[in-house]
Amino acid sequence: MRRITEHPILEFPERKVITFYFEGKPLTAYEGDTVASALISNGIQAFRESIELHRPRGMFCAIGNCSSCLMVVNGVPNVRTCVTPVEEGMTVERQLNRGVMP
Amino acid sequence: MIEVDVLVVGGGPAGMNAALAVADAGATVLLVDRFYKLGGQLVKQTHKFFGWADRGAGTRGFHLAEDLAQKVKSHPNIRLLMGHELIGAYADGTYIAATWDAHVKIKAKKAIMCTGAAERMITFENNDLPGVMGAGAVQTLMNEYGVMPGQRYLIVGSGNVGVILAYQLLQAGAQVDAIVDVLPKLGGAYWVHAAKVQRLGVPLLLRRTITGVYGDGRVEKAVTVAVDERFEPVPGTEMEHHVDVVALAVGLMPLADVFQAAGVKTVYVPELGGFVPWHDELGHTTCPDIYVAEDAGGIEEATTASLGGTLAGLTAAKELGYPVDEKAVEQYLKSLESFRDSSLSQKVKEGLNKLRSGEHA
Repeated sequence: MRRITEHPILEFPERKVITFYFEGKPLTAYEGDTVASALISNGIQAFRESIELHRPRGMFCAIGNCSSCLMVVNGVPNVRTCVTPVEEGMTVERQLNRGVMP
Repeated sequence: MIEVDVLVVGGGPAGMNAALAVADAGATVLLVDRFYKLGGQLVKQTHKFFGWADRGAGTRGFHLAEDLAQKVKSHPNIRLLMGHELIGAYADGTYIAATWDAHVKIKAKKAIMCTGAAERMITFENNDLPGVMGAGAVQTLMNEYGVMPGQRYLIVGSGNVGVILAYQLLQAGAQVDAIVDVLPKLGGAYWVHAAKVQRLGVPLLLRRTITGVYGDGRVEKAVTVAVDERFEPVPGTEMEHHVDVVALAVGLMPLADVFQAAGVKTVYVPELGGFVPWHDELGHTTCPDIYVAEDAGGIEEATTASLGGTLAGLTAAKELGYPVDEKAVEQYLKSLESFRDSSLSQKVKEGLNKLRSGEHA
């Protein structure tokens, strides 16, 4: 739950700071982040609840395949947050059910 | 509707090389990828590749990805459709790619499917708890976004992916509690990588597996246990690991759904990672207009994916009537063969033999 600042091989240059909203609360991210990487960098790991038993679920695959990271983004449910770029002013909510289409 | 000669699905090393081979031969290409950036899983590989210089040996994976992406983006014959997922394939060469609220109809004479693979999950108590991630997912967060999902990591699986992840975590300043592997010897990792990681103090715990993770809403602790010759847990050997991320490097499975949807015959070959489309060295499947390149055709690695992509691309271009350098094809086939001479490729070779010599041949 931290950002890498120094690395022997990779460079992480300064990027534009973005504000997005998680459950109504403003959080910061960097341009180029996905919704998932932005949340995890803010210490948030529980993205949704399982449909039957309401167990917390987080990111698993990071390639848009497993559906463990589905959330409600800008009112749209079942968004794969691991492959969706975060944007300025975006609203992100935990998904607690199958999702209702807007 | 978009009309092209060749549809390429997947923008990783296989798909980008396939697209370039087709486009260089003179045909038009549409490359579709569900992510918004090209590169596939190459973008998170910080290590230098083995193999041949013309396939990027000695170059770090993410640099290879950047170079290939640049060539693809600037090629006049290649059109990109990013952020779209292929959701339909019809016998007449019609394909549908979609976002959540829109779709694009594509008409293509040939399609090369380079869908790659996904990480496997294994069963243990609370394996759905946030903090349990695929090893590749940890790599993506760390190497692509510069985000560390935890402080201390347990890695399950001592294959190439698990061992390289351990090294990358150390480079990023994280603590690696241990690498566990249920087998009595090191998995498919290059020995030089494994030795490096152990020298840096990461214990490699063999004949040991994970039984559960525990924590309030996220992983706070993992428990492992030793196993006997029959892989049964040995009572009294439980170990607690105070970690906040468990990275699963327990293998990959090819993403074969799209082949099944398109009516390509798929065969279950454990050595290749699960269901794979039947295919030959040139990427032909059982459908004359659909081709495949690794890892969708069998789990290997980026060098073989890149060679496989080029071969499938050249084959598709040739079969569309475009001139193709036959000597180059021979050379790529030879390269593929000699790369697979390594002892680490024995399993893949067995799998390919099974696939091609069985009743499906």
